[in-house]
Amino acid sequence: MAELQFREAIREAIDEEMGRDEKVFLMGEEVAEYNGAYKVSEGLLDKYGFKRVIDTPISELGFAGIGVGAAMNGLRPIVEFMTFNFAVLAADQIINHASKARYMTGGQITIPMVFRGPNASAGQLGATHSVAFDSMYAHFPGLKVIYTSEPDDAKGLLKSAIRDDNPVLFMESEQMYGLKGEVSEEDDYIIPIGKGKIKREGSDVTIVAHGKMYHVAKQAAAQLEKDGVETEIIDPRTVKPLDLPMIIDSIKKTNRCVVVDEAHPFAGFSAEIGFLIQREAFDYLDAPVQRVTLPDVNAPFAKNLFDAWLPSPKQVIDAVNQVTYRN
Amino acid sequence: MAKKNTDEVRFAPTGIGDEKDGAVQKGVDLPSATRKKHKSLGLSEDDLKSMFKQMYLQRRFEERAMQQYQKGKFGGFLHLYIGQEAVSTGTVFALNDDDDIITAYRDHGWGICRGVTPKEGMAELFGKVTGCSKGKGGSMHFAKTENHFWGGYGIVGGHIPIGGGLGFANKYEQNGRIAACFFGDGAVDQGSLHETFNISKLWGLPVIYVVENNGYSMGTAAKRHTVEDIVDRAKGYGMKSAVVNGMDVFSVYETMKEVAEDVRENSEPWLLEIRTYRYRGHSMSDPQKYRTKEELETYQKNDPIERIKRYLLGNDILNEEEIEEIENKVEQVVLDAVEFADASDFPDEAELYDDMFVEDDPYFHN
Repeated sequence: MAELQFREAIREAIDEEMGRDEKVFLMGEEVAEYNGAYKVSEGLLDKYGFKRVIDTPISELGFAGIGVGAAMNGLRPIVEFMTFNFAVLAADQIINHASKARYMTGGQITIPMVFRGPNASAGQLGATHSVAFDSMYAHFPGLKVIYTSEPDDAKGLLKSAIRDDNPVLFMESEQMYGLKGEVSEEDDYIIPIGKGKIKREGSDVTIVAHGKMYHVAKQAAAQLEKDGVETEIIDPRTVKPLDLPMIIDSIKKTNRCVVVDEAHPFAGFSAEIGFLIQREAFDYLDAPVQRVTLPDVNAPFAKNLFDAWLPSPKQVIDAVNQVTYRN
Repeated sequence: MAKKNTDEVRFAPTGIGDEKDGAVQKGVDLPSATRKKHKSLGLSEDDLKSMFKQMYLQRRFEERAMQQYQKGKFGGFLHLYIGQEAVSTGTVFALNDDDDIITAYRDHGWGICRGVTPKEGMAELFGKVTGCSKGKGGSMHFAKTENHFWGGYGIVGGHIPIGGGLGFANKYEQNGRIAACFFGDGAVDQGSLHETFNISKLWGLPVIYVVENNGYSMGTAAKRHTVEDIVDRAKGYGMKSAVVNGMDVFSVYETMKEVAEDVRENSEPWLLEIRTYRYRGHSMSDPQKYRTKEELETYQKNDPIERIKRYLLGNDILNEEEIEEIENKVEQVVLDAVEFADASDFPDEAELYDDMFVEDDPYFHN
């Protein structure tokens, strides 16, 4: 195992896949000469040259669509968005074209491409830079959606995403790029898309948390352990396809569940998991499923309001206390 | 600023028939057609016969399709290309067979010209499993990717960046191919066009962007939806450009041939404004109150099929009987296509889940 920053793990995945397949290329704002807005692509221009590491204008709709066309015509683009908040301008290409062209031509078109970049909030950046989009994209058929929490998952899953012959959204976090973690040094390290991971074993309550929220859940679990509550944390890693069996198996053991999600509450990941649990494990539940999400409110700027807005370990602990009737 | 009476305040330009001295309103001004004869364009007599046959096939295919739609044989949208056949035909004859073509939802003519057989096309309209897109796409989503026809797309302007991407891949691979991306005059108002033009020029993408300006963005005349001449958009991006008479297949062929050569040689984008006219409504439900019958008749006098027919007769390439023979053959092909579509099966219900992902057994959330 090697200790890598999140950004280094992502870079390794891109580097290895570019080295392996001439058809893989990277494009996005500031990815080449600036070496990446968050230094994810640092050094890739020097190694692969201007043909394969391409700076784009600030035209998300334009360059996302060029990526879709290039994928249709035989290449394997990695399209980087400086954040998925900006990718809203490219949503027509992702939702109306990348996800649908294959189906509506009866399978004639293949779109092997990755849209990637940071997702959700990253401190006091205001309302338009703070939204989690994984649930929204997972709503649409034809897309795979990954939002990982640790460098090892990121490396193995990004390599899978680049090799996948379907459009895949791979989400990161500005606040996690510097996060260090052990990353497998296995040759050609691949994690299959759609497989979750039990990141902490415990018998009292299941916490489902992905992306940045995994770390919030982890902090809560450390505190709860001191209080004698053993949590089991499941990180689905892939939002879609969802590793539902892993979640259900855990609930059959713990009989209680809290979902922690960085999206707003309506019709998102937490709502979906709640529905699936009642359908698949109704008789196993000893308490209603609880969730910790953003409120149904835009991201505020003021530090105190922002802290109140973002899910916190305290809220997770409260939710665990609720499902374990410890209040 | 003096305050105006409320009913004098206007935003969108309004109305039809505001031409002076009783002249007929015209959706587009057709530039003059080329004066060159077929030989100096490098076209053989056989080429001309094929062009005529192809245009007549597109016309009869759609006339029969319209009839079948009115009989209730299929539903959904039906956007007819009738009147614009010289654009698809002139282009396909000018480009190499492995150059990439992509278009919007008025796509039947393009599909047929690029190898969607009349049977596959009609079956697709009927939503049958034997259709070119297995009945999954319908009228707006004809495609034949093995022939480098990437399909019709239903979001106005949405496929313009994709056209750029087809060209991007060709430059990346240095395979000598170029891409041609077609859209209507309505699409020039979309931001996707501007982003794509800027990137295409910046990156030297080998793509011919073509506005098939038929004068109307659905029911809104070009002068009511866009400023200045469409072709002048090219200036802002430093792109080469030309205006072409789209009612004359020779003119389309001539320009497309020259432009394709330049794009292939110099790897840079062009904008062509091909002026043409659609005889039918935007779709089948269009009452066409935005134009006059006189206007339509003015353009029908320039009909591209009648024009090539006159040329074939006038230059003793075909006589009346030979023309009739071709027309009868085409008519039979189209009737056979209708019969084939009608007799074909709908897709099996199990096929609902096919073609979503590449895998044989993909995950579906439920």
